[in-house]
Amino acid sequence: MLWVNCPNCGKRPFEEFRYGNVFPTTPESITDPDARNVDFAWMQDNIEGEILERWFHESGCRRWHTARRNTTTDAWLPVDD
Amino acid sequence: MNEFVETLLDLPWQSGDPKPAYDVVIIGAGGHGLATAYYLATRHGITNVCVLDASFIGSGNSGRNTTIIRSNYGIPESVRFYQHSLEMYQRLEDETGCWIMHSTKGQIWMAHSVMTARTEQTRALMNSACGAKTDYIGPDEIKRLCPQLDITGGGRYPVHGASYHHEGATARHDRVVWAYAQGALRAGVHVFQHTPVSGLTRGADGRVTGVITPKGTISAGTVISAVGGRVSTVAGWADVRLPIRTHPLQAFVTNAYAQHFAPIVSSNDLVFYVSQTPRGQMLIGAEYDAFASYRQATTFSYLQSCAKKAVTMLPFLGKLRILRSWTGICDISTDFSPILGPTTTDGFWISTGWGTWGFKAIPAAGEQLAQLLATGSAPLIEPFGLSRFANEVAMADPSSAGTR
Repeated sequence: MLWVNCPNCGKRPFEEFRYGNVFPTTPESITDPDARNVDFAWMQDNIEGEILERWFHESGCRRWHTARRNTTTDAWLPVDD
Repeated sequence: MNEFVETLLDLPWQSGDPKPAYDVVIIGAGGHGLATAYYLATRHGITNVCVLDASFIGSGNSGRNTTIIRSNYGIPESVRFYQHSLEMYQRLEDETGCWIMHSTKGQIWMAHSVMTARTEQTRALMNSACGAKTDYIGPDEIKRLCPQLDITGGGRYPVHGASYHHEGATARHDRVVWAYAQGALRAGVHVFQHTPVSGLTRGADGRVTGVITPKGTISAGTVISAVGGRVSTVAGWADVRLPIRTHPLQAFVTNAYAQHFAPIVSSNDLVFYVSQTPRGQMLIGAEYDAFASYRQATTFSYLQSCAKKAVTMLPFLGKLRILRSWTGICDISTDFSPILGPTTTDGFWISTGWGTWGFKAIPAAGEQLAQLLATGSAPLIEPFGLSRFANEVAMADPSSAGTR
């Protein structure tokens, strides 16, 4: 079973949560404004490794939080903010 | 072990080292990679081709799908492309001489509300106009085609009607991969298993000139990525940004059901699909997981929710047990259509965005990509190039994600 670390409720099964997606980024190497718009609208980082993303605790505290997760293992990691 | 597998094991698999250079190097020896190599060699005489796989052939998403072949998609470009693929599947046994266990079953796509009934009516008309034979049928006809179906949907999901896709079919996934592997090897293509690519070599102008493997660097005129879920990593080596997110897609089979279950049954509102394998097992799948992940793991909550939906419509399934489950990691594109052809980096081509609709596209995608590479023109896949995003032309296809 997968567990999500909710900052308010602690370790809860992931079925209680709704996925809020990763933070979109556009690489600095793309400098043309039009190309940056295209990248922002369509392209994905799709990182194989650690990502920062949003989760909504739908069946719990009903609050959004930021989580750090490894996409190859689905391990939730500490968030340093 | 049957005769076909024995023939396959006798084939001269490359166990030595690859040549230092090939005209085309294809990363990923699944259905798409091998089909591309097969058509390059047999249709266009380009036999100096090498296909590399990190594991054994067909071990990625080609071995983790639900083997459904259909062409009832949501936009004309997709319908024409998948209809071509469906027709190629019908001829594939004759063409390759390998039995792929192709079986035309017909697909019932149920609607449980007036709203989705309209969607299915539209689908039937649009598909028929584009060459994919589809009719809108009522509950009586549905019950005749699939007597096991609870037409009242447990009182909660009554069946208003369905679009019936006459040519919906299934085939054995391994055999499709083997058929193309065998055909490609006979035509002189090199296939190397257990040869993971760890990077790409680049020329001074940024052009991709080859791949880096444990067996040494292999130079290539063109590198094609036919990688499944991990495509963003491979494209990253070539500095290509892709509109791809990798989501897990789960499916499972039950133990054998002794009766014949004729069609492929899917539901528009509930989002699940059921068919019977040649061994009698009931194969059940639903939509992909909501969160992006590269982990090929099955979750209990998925099995639970998917089984619940399937049992609601097909009560006999409640007496069966889940025998086996698997998870593929799907490269799902932002507009739910595939991405095929050259990229922004010279010498690097891709065949990706196959998400939950890759198996049915193997023959057409391989044929068309080979044609595009060899002749520079492939009208069927022209709308599906990576450049469409920069031109702000999305091929948004609402019928391709899961069964939606």
